[in-house]
Amino acid sequence: MIEAGGLTKRYGPKTAVDDLSFVVRPGVVTGFLGPNGAGKSTTMRLLLGLDRPNAGGCLINGRRYVDFPAPLREVGALLEARAVHTGRSARNHLLAMAATNAIPRKRVEEMIGLVGLDQVAGKRVGGFSLGMGQRLGVASALLGDPGVLLLDEPVNGLDPEGILWIRNLLKTLAAEGRTVFVSSHLMSEMAVTATELIVVGRGRLIASGTVAELIHGASTGAVMVRTREADRLASLLAGDGRHIERVHPDLLQVTGIDSEAIGLLAAREAIALIELTPQQATLEEAFMEITRDAVEFHGGSATPGVPSQATVGGVQ
Amino acid sequence: MTTLAPQRADLGSGRVTQLTVIRSEWIKLRSLRSTWYSLLATVVIIVGLGTLFSALRAHRFTQDSQPGSIRGPGPGPGVLVRDFFDPTLVSLRGIFLAQLAIGVLGVLVITGEYSTGMIRSSMAAVPHRAPVLIAKALVFAVTALIVTTVSAFAGFLLGQQAMTSTHLQASLSTPHAVRAIVGAGLYLTLVGLLAVGLGFLLRSTAGAIATLFGIVLVLPLLSNALPSPYSTDVAKYLPLNAGTQILSTANPDPNMLGPWAGLAITALYALAALVAGVITLKRRDT
Repeated sequence: MIEAGGLTKRYGPKTAVDDLSFVVRPGVVTGFLGPNGAGKSTTMRLLLGLDRPNAGGCLINGRRYVDFPAPLREVGALLEARAVHTGRSARNHLLAMAATNAIPRKRVEEMIGLVGLDQVAGKRVGGFSLGMGQRLGVASALLGDPGVLLLDEPVNGLDPEGILWIRNLLKTLAAEGRTVFVSSHLMSEMAVTATELIVVGRGRLIASGTVAELIHGASTGAVMVRTREADRLASLLAGDGRHIERVHPDLLQVTGIDSEAIGLLAAREAIALIELTPQQATLEEAFMEITRDAVEFHGGSATPGVPSQATVGGVQ
Repeated sequence: MTTLAPQRADLGSGRVTQLTVIRSEWIKLRSLRSTWYSLLATVVIIVGLGTLFSALRAHRFTQDSQPGSIRGPGPGPGVLVRDFFDPTLVSLRGIFLAQLAIGVLGVLVITGEYSTGMIRSSMAAVPHRAPVLIAKALVFAVTALIVTTVSAFAGFLLGQQAMTSTHLQASLSTPHAVRAIVGAGLYLTLVGLLAVGLGFLLRSTAGAIATLFGIVLVLPLLSNALPSPYSTDVAKYLPLNAGTQILSTANPDPNMLGPWAGLAITALYALAALVAGVITLKRRDT
C-alpha cells in the first residue's frame, strides 16, 4: 500500500509535482500514466526519499521510506535513469546492494537467474544494452523480496520478448499480493498490464480508477456499420437523438442507438450487414482525451486530438 | 522464468547497520578497475620515484664530493653535508606526486556514483545516507593507509639501498625515520579523505579534482605572493606545508609547524571537508 498526500515538489520556479494525492493498493498492478514531464519520475524519487517534497508526504505500508530498518526488504525500485555504476559487473553491483540490507549472497545468484543475466553477470554494466540494463534493474528491485515494487518505465528499451516478460512478471508479483506501481508514458502497454491507473499531467492528478472505467468514460458509444445498402439503412435509422455519418460509401458511423438494435432492424428489413462494430475507445484515446490540456510539450499539430473515426474516412 | 520464490523467501532477517554498509562499500571499492589503477599508480610513484631520486642524488653526490666531506651540493661553503642532507626525505619525495593519485581515487569513489546514477541506488538502500559517507571514508582510509604506508617503507628501503655509496644513507633506526615513513602514509591518507569530502560536497569529478589540486598545490604558491610576515603565517597552515613537515628527519623549518601539529592541521582540512560533505549529503536531493 502506497499513500501520497498533497505531494508537492518544486525545482526552482518549476513545479514538477503539484499537490498530488493517490493511493496504490496491493494485489493489482497500478499504472502511473502521464506524458513526458508529467512528474512521474519525480514522484518515484519522492516515494524513495531521494528527493524531499516541498509539501505533503507519502507513506509506504504506513511508514515513511526513511524509517524502514531494511528498505530493500520492503520496497524494490527500478529507477528510470539507470542507477548503476557502469564500471562494475552486474554481479558485483547486486552483491554490493544486497550487502547493505544483509541479504544473503545466494539471493543474488537467484535473481541473476530469474532475469536471465547468467551469461553476462560477470561483465561490466557499461557494455550492457538497454534491455539488459532493465533486467539488471529488475533483479536489483527484487533482491530483498519486497512487498512493494516501484518501477519507473520498466519496458523502456526492451524487445517484444522482454516486454512480454516484464508484463507477466508484474502480474505474477501483484497476484502474490504485492503492491506493484509502474510508471509509463505508453498507454498501450498499461492497457494490457495494469488494472488500476493513476493519470497525471503537469504534476497534477488528472484521473484515477480502473482501466475499464477510464476507457468507458472516454468512449463515444458510436457503432460502425458496413453494408451495401448504406442509403436505405441510413434512412431507416434516422431519428431523434441519432447521428449518422457517412464515413465511406458503404460505411456508416451511428450514434444514439446500440449495435444490437441496429442488427435487429437490419435483419427485419433484410439488409445484409458486412460489419457491425461498437466503437470502444482505446486507452490511448482515453488518455489523450484526459490529458489534452495537461501535456507539457505539444507536437507540431496544435492539438493532440483523438484520432476519431470521422476523420479517417475523409467524408464531409 | 517468471516463477518467484514465495513471498518472504528465506532471506533471513537483517537491517541496515554501519557494518553492513561498510561491507557493501568494500565490495564496491574492490570491484572497480579505477581503484586498482589508482592504487597501482600510487605504489609506482612512491616506490619508483623514491628509488629514482635517491639513485640520482647518490650519483651527483659521489661526483661532487668525497663521502661525508665538507663540500656538497649544499647551502654554502663550510657547512657539513650531513647537516643538511636528509636521505629519508629524499627517498620519500614521491609522496608529493602520489598525493594526486590517491586524491583522484578519493574523489572517484564518490563522484563515480554521481556521474553514473549509482548514488540513487546507494541512497535508496541506505536512506539515512550518513552511514554511506562514513563507510566510504573508512574503507577508503584503511585501504589507502595500508597501501601508502607499505609503499613508503618500500620506497625508503630501496632508496636507502640506492644511496649506500654516499655512506650517509639512513636506516629504520635513524632518528625519526620511522616517524617520517608512517607520517607519509598518514599524510597521503588524509589528502585522500579531503578528496572524499570534496567529492560529496561537489559531486562532479572535474570540480572535485580541480578543487583538491587547488587546495593542496596552488594555495602554497599563492601564499608565497603575500608580503613577508603574512606569507609564512598563512603558508604553515596550508595542508601541504603543514602535513609534509613530518617527512623531514633533520633540520626542521622554524617557520613551519612541528611534524605532528602539522599533520593534525591537514587532518582538520580533511575533517572539515567530510563534515561539509555529510551536511550536503543529508540536505540536498539526490
